[in-house]
Amino acid sequence: MAWREIIYQYDGSFDGLLSCIYESYTQKERPTAIVDAGDAEPCIFDVRTVPTDRAHAQRVLRSLRKISGEVVPFLQRAFLTCLPDKELAIYRFVAKLYREGPQYLSRLSDEDYQPLLRAVRHMSGEVEHLRGFLRFSVFDGMLGAEIEPKNRVLPLLRGHFCDRCYNETFFIYDRTHREALLYAGGVSRIVPLDAFEMAQPDGEETEYRRLWRRFYDSVAIRERENSKLQMTHLPLRYRSTMTEFQPDEALSVDGETALPPKGKCDMLPEDHTERLRMG
Amino acid sequence: MELADKLAILADAAKYDAACTSSGARRSHREGMIGNTSSSLAGCCHSFSADGRCITLLKVLLSNDCCYDCKYCVNRRTNETRRATFEPRELAELTIGFYRRNYIEGLFLSSAVLGSPDRTTELMIRALRLLREEYRFNGYIHAKAIPGTSPELIEQLGLLADRLSVNIELPSEASLRSLAPNKTKRAILAPMRQIRDQVVENREALAKYRSAPHFAPAGQATQLIVGATGESDRHILHLTESLYERYRLRRVFYSAYVPVVENTMLPSLETKPPLLREHRLYQADWLLRFYGFRAEELLSEDAPDFDPRLDPKCCWALRHPEFFPVEVNRADYEALLRVPGVGVVSARRILTARRAGALHVDDLKKLGVVLKRAQYFLTCQGRLVSPLRLSAAGVMASLMAAERAALPAAQFEQLSLFDRVG
Repeated sequence: MAWREIIYQYDGSFDGLLSCIYESYTQKERPTAIVDAGDAEPCIFDVRTVPTDRAHAQRVLRSLRKISGEVVPFLQRAFLTCLPDKELAIYRFVAKLYREGPQYLSRLSDEDYQPLLRAVRHMSGEVEHLRGFLRFSVFDGMLGAEIEPKNRVLPLLRGHFCDRCYNETFFIYDRTHREALLYAGGVSRIVPLDAFEMAQPDGEETEYRRLWRRFYDSVAIRERENSKLQMTHLPLRYRSTMTEFQPDEALSVDGETALPPKGKCDMLPEDHTERLRMG
Repeated sequence: MELADKLAILADAAKYDAACTSSGARRSHREGMIGNTSSSLAGCCHSFSADGRCITLLKVLLSNDCCYDCKYCVNRRTNETRRATFEPRELAELTIGFYRRNYIEGLFLSSAVLGSPDRTTELMIRALRLLREEYRFNGYIHAKAIPGTSPELIEQLGLLADRLSVNIELPSEASLRSLAPNKTKRAILAPMRQIRDQVVENREALAKYRSAPHFAPAGQATQLIVGATGESDRHILHLTESLYERYRLRRVFYSAYVPVVENTMLPSLETKPPLLREHRLYQADWLLRFYGFRAEELLSEDAPDFDPRLDPKCCWALRHPEFFPVEVNRADYEALLRVPGVGVVSARRILTARRAGALHVDDLKKLGVVLKRAQYFLTCQGRLVSPLRLSAAGVMASLMAAERAALPAAQFEQLSLFDRVG
C-alpha cells in the first residue's frame, strides 16, 4: 500500500521533529514537508500539526541508538544547522537509515547523507571561528558578547565558554536566532530573547579596546601584507562584532562616559530571568 | 611612557617571531582561577592580522633593551630604536584584561637580553609568577628560554609555562658565528636538551604522583630564520627532521627574513622576504609530521632546494611515476596520503566511504576530495580519474597551472619569466 503524502507542522524543537518521525511511521504517511509552526505560511495542502510527545521522541531515539551510538549526536547537530528544509533532510536520512541499517553510515557520498554532513561541517567551522572571534565586553565585572552566526551555535559554544569563563558571569547574545546563553555560578541556560541592546562601554572597557587595537595594528608585518590570506581565515561577516575592526570610541573624560549607573545596567536587568523567559 | 606606547613597541619588537599557537596543553578550569587552555587539538585563533597570520597569544617582549648585537635583529644594541620594558604588573593586567575579553588564548613572553640571560630569565619568571599566583591566570603561556640561562632558572620557567621554546635563529653554526656573535650552537642546544629530558622526567613523575607539578606540558618549539644566510632547503629540512626526532620538538617554525637593518653581511634592505620559500618549507614540514615522508625523499644533494613552481609533494610524485596511479578503492592509508591533493581528511573519508561500496569519480567529488591535483595520480575501479591522458610533461604543466593561481602576484611574474626561458 502506498503511503499517504502530507505536510507536518511541529513546534520547532528537536523532540517535536522526532515526534513527526514517529507519526509518519505509525500513520504510514510520508511527509512532503515538515514546517516549524513559528514560520509557517498559509498553504493549500493538507497540513497536520503534530504535537510534541516526549514518549514518542524517546521511542525514536532508542531505535536510532540501536543502529549506532553516533547517530543521535549527529542529528542533534544537523538540527542546529542553517540547511534549508533541514527537517525534511533529517527525515529522509533517518528513513534511509532504517531501511539500510548501520552500513548506511559509511555511505558518505549518498545524496541524502552528504548534504547533512556538509551542513554540519559548515557549522563546525563556524563554531571553531566563533570560539576565537567572539568578543566580550566587561560591564560591572560581568562579560557580554554579541554574535551573528548563520547556524544556531549557542548550544555548541556553551561547553567551551562555560569552561573558559568558569568563575565569571557572562552572556552571549545571538542576533540571528534571537536567543541568549546565560551563565552564572556554574549554571548555564539558553533562553529566547527578542530585543537586546548592548550597554555603552565604560572607561576601562574603552581603554582595553584601544589597547587591543593598538596591539592588533602593531603585530602585522608590513612587508608581508596579504589581505587575501587574511580574508580566507577571517571572513568579513565576522568582523562587524570584532573589536579590532571597529573605530576607536570617543575619548572618555575621567571615566565619565556613558557608564550606566551602578546596579542599573540596562543590558541584563536584576530580574533578568523573569523578563527573558517572557521574551 | 604610556602603556599603549609600550605595548606598541614591545609587540612590534616581538612580531618577527613566527610561533603563535596555543596547542598541546589541555587544562580545564580551576576553582578561583581565570581561564583554561583550549580544549581543541589545534589551539584557537583569535584574530588574523593584516599579513594573514594568526593571532592567538599576546605576543610581546618583556623588554627590547638588548645587550647583544645580533646583526639581523631589530633590537640589537647598536640599532637606534625606542626602548621599553614592561613592569610585571602592567603585563599581568594586560594579559588578564585581554584574556577575559576573549581577545587571546594566553601570553607569549619573550625578551631581549637585559644584561645577562640569567637576569632576563629571572625577570620573566617574576612576571609570570605574578600572573599565575597573584592574578590566578590558568590560560596558556609560551615562554622563550634564552640560550645561556642556567638550568635551575629554565626549570622554574618550565613550571610556569605551558610551552618553552629556544630559538635556533640561524640554521648553521657558521651563520651564527658571523651574524650572532653572542650565541653559539652549544648554548642553544643545551637548554633544548634539558627541556626534552625534563618533559620526559615530568611525565614519569606525573604517572606516579598526580599532584606533581607540570613542566612545560605543551613541550617545546623553535624557530629558524630563512633567507638571511645561505643554507639550502635540504640543510634546513634535515635539521628540522633531527630536531623532531632527537629533541622531540612539537613544532619548528620558519620565519622568512625581513630585512630590518642594513649590514654588508645581510641581504639588502630592498630584498623582499622569501615568503614562497617559507611556504614550501612549511609544506615539507607537514609532510614530515603527518604524511610519513622523510627529508631525504623530498630533497636530494643534486636538487637541494624546493621548486618554486610546485609544492614538495607534487615534485616527489613526478619523480616517482612507479608509485602511481594509486587505486582509490584498494590503496592503504599511507599510499593515499602520498597522492598530491589528498590530505589527512580526504584520505580518512575515502577509507570510511569505500567500506559501503566501490567509489566512483562522482563520489570523490561529493566526499570533498579536491581533484585539481589528485586526478592525475588516482584511478577509480581501474580507470584514471583525469579525463585526459597526459604525458609526464603534460601533467607537470597542468600541475603548475593549478599552482599558479594560488601564488601571490609577485611570484607569478617570476614564474612567467621562468617559463619563457625554460
